[in-house]
Amino acid sequence: MIRKTTSLFGAAAALALALTACGGTGGTASGGSAAPAGAYDKDATIQIGSLYEPQNLDNTEGGGQGVTEAFNGNVYEGLFRLTDDGKVDDLLAKDYKVSSDGLTYTFTLRDGVTFHSGKALTSADVKYSIEKVVAPDSQSARKSSFAGIKKIETPDDHTVTVTLASKSISFVYNLSYVWIVNGQAKGLTTSEDGTGPYKLGTWKRGSTLSLDRFAGYWGTAPTNKQVVFHYFTDATALNNALLTDAVDVVTSEQSPDALAQFNGNSNYKVNNGHSTTKLLLAFNDRKAPFDKPLVRKAITSAIDDKKLLNSIWGDYGTLIGSMVPPTDPWYEDLTKVNPYDLTLAKKELTDAGYPNGFEFTLDTPNYDPHPTAATFIKSELAKVGITVKINIITADQWYTKVYKNRDFAATMQEHVNDRDVVWYGDPDFYWGYDNPQVTAWVKQAEESDTADQQTALLKKVNEQIAADAASDWLYLYPQIVVASSSLSGYPLNGLNSQFYAYGIKKSA
Amino acid sequence: MTAYLLRRTAFLVVSLLLAAVVLFLLLRLLPGDPANSLLSVGATPEQIEAARHQIGTDRPLPEQFVSWLGRLATFDLGESFVSTLPVGPEIAARLVVTVPLTLLSFVLAVVVAVPVGFVAAHKANTWYGSVLSGVSQLGIAVPVFWVGMLLVTVFSLSLRVLPAGGFPQDDWADPAKALTSLTLPVVTIALVMSASLIRYVRSATLDVLGSDYLRTSRALGSSFARAMWRHGLRNAVVPVISILGIELASTFLGAVVVESVFALPGLGGMLVKGLAQHDYPVIQGILFVSTLVVLVIGFAADLVQRLIDPRLRHSLARDVR
Repeated sequence: MIRKTTSLFGAAAALALALTACGGTGGTASGGSAAPAGAYDKDATIQIGSLYEPQNLDNTEGGGQGVTEAFNGNVYEGLFRLTDDGKVDDLLAKDYKVSSDGLTYTFTLRDGVTFHSGKALTSADVKYSIEKVVAPDSQSARKSSFAGIKKIETPDDHTVTVTLASKSISFVYNLSYVWIVNGQAKGLTTSEDGTGPYKLGTWKRGSTLSLDRFAGYWGTAPTNKQVVFHYFTDATALNNALLTDAVDVVTSEQSPDALAQFNGNSNYKVNNGHSTTKLLLAFNDRKAPFDKPLVRKAITSAIDDKKLLNSIWGDYGTLIGSMVPPTDPWYEDLTKVNPYDLTLAKKELTDAGYPNGFEFTLDTPNYDPHPTAATFIKSELAKVGITVKINIITADQWYTKVYKNRDFAATMQEHVNDRDVVWYGDPDFYWGYDNPQVTAWVKQAEESDTADQQTALLKKVNEQIAADAASDWLYLYPQIVVASSSLSGYPLNGLNSQFYAYGIKKSA
Repeated sequence: MTAYLLRRTAFLVVSLLLAAVVLFLLLRLLPGDPANSLLSVGATPEQIEAARHQIGTDRPLPEQFVSWLGRLATFDLGESFVSTLPVGPEIAARLVVTVPLTLLSFVLAVVVAVPVGFVAAHKANTWYGSVLSGVSQLGIAVPVFWVGMLLVTVFSLSLRVLPAGGFPQDDWADPAKALTSLTLPVVTIALVMSASLIRYVRSATLDVLGSDYLRTSRALGSSFARAMWRHGLRNAVVPVISILGIELASTFLGAVVVESVFALPGLGGMLVKGLAQHDYPVIQGILFVSTLVVLVIGFAADLVQRLIDPRLRHSLARDVR
């Protein structure tokens, strides 16, 4: 029976798994707009369709991408909020100061903020919430970004002081991922106590999760009374729900083929936003032949990314030629660094000592789009004499074989986070790119005094990894939100898996 | 009969125990580390170790087994590795969908299959007898998800008379609404299931129609209807019931596919997710409960057969003595 069910549903289940596994964060999103905002129903219920059900309701206990989508900014708030263009705004922190050595941050909390349980927000809750993320048993995807915290103090109820071991210009940005929870609340895997504009209604596992407008919210009240997330495991079932008006909006369309039925239909609007998810052909840079930059460059130049993207996503998606998506401050178009050019690829292979090509195994996750892309890569590389053996593996095997044991020649993976170019500064990361200069730049960037300085350094990092073809960045996924035309004010980018619902309006 | 019941119950308990052992061991033979489901790209080696410790897969196997079995004895199915939430209550919540789905489909399938199968046999030589038989043959060959998608396309997307999927958030609080949600899934399963049932009913009826006792009964002056009612039906129903037991069990397990097509929060979706994430407690819990249900259905089918067929009763009575 196990075999039967997996073979029938392997693809869908694995997709869900993989997305949650790699999920967790990085980016921005906030109320964009779609349909004309005329009169709207202030007490509307917004039905939201999604493929990402939370595992549980706590993002430090493995709640995954689903809980980020439903709760970030809606139920829980951070000291700061990421805006749609990737900037950081004050949220629960009214103000903050950084000491001249850049090591001590003093945050002043907003007044009059209460949790859904009625308790007032105090600095103790903030301390508790940050400690929860860095605790030894924390499963937070952001845990490692807070490794530099030395101590957290609460001089009074409205002030929190955090001392860092080394300077960290991303500290405030990173704090936007930390949910401020009531330090006395219990059972947060099935309930919540946040300060957001919505409180949890009911969560019917495997099916729906509803959020109700919180009357005691400190800020602007949501433009709807309730939102209900409907969870699907099958993309077709999700699209059918939208077609039959069972849901009003789909947070992230993952089925390119389905777009045809919504495009050109005036009842729906297909929104093409920005994503931060990159599809990588990642080499094991430690091992021959991929320890030679020329070989990696040759492969990058031998694959027609444009054709690949088009065959998978049609007119959607973007080519970026590096690890940095346009929403990151240090983005620049690097698609010309290793252009698609078979002659160049052959020359580089010859220069690297492989005039007749070679053979390698490509560890390919078994869910879309990886197998399709792998087959494409195989046929592209055959043209320059390289033989690719495709080895299909599960998401689980990927973590063990590739991520933990680094037992691979090349692999494919989607990297969902924004600002994750910094992984190229870590020689211990699974792909093993080891350039001391890049490592130094990444470290210096983090210790920068100004954002400009940080941006300049990370641009250098980005240019260098592109020049070295540290990996082959095939393309940037599209982020497609499909919604009923009666809806407006929904997030378009949904970067970082967030889906702010408080600005959604349903026409009356 | 009491001795039979006792013996049969003991058999049930032993089977369950064996199932528990096999389930536990088979899952551990699968390649893969359940801790991986808790990770995301960027997890540190310490986080990986913490994940393994948290779910207890760093403990020796026998220890894990004994602790699972110990809790099982108190009807505690443990907590999911991934969600950390208890498995038992979630299974119970899912059964609220899966059990009605299974039973309704089963009843509908029987209601359709018995008369159709009978007519297909009784009128085997007419054109519609052949058509019925042919259609049922076709029905067996059609995959259940395809039937589901077809029904959605017709009744939800085109005619817009029934929902394409989902289940009310408040379950059966509004029975009409819940039933509406279950209509298409039930019809889907029943259609596919009745196709094979029709074949069984037809062949059982054919056997009876060609039997000596029926001919004798007719020769003694009974009408066809009376002969069928007194002798035919009782004989035909015996093999059909044992098949029904198996069909009911497989419907329960097969609901997995239909639940996904119709986005129903049943046991199937939970199992598929559990499998993908190597969430042992979830998989073990569902398979254990399913095993229990299947064994109980088999038990019930046996009992019913025995009540209907005196031959089985008597042969067994002799056995026991």
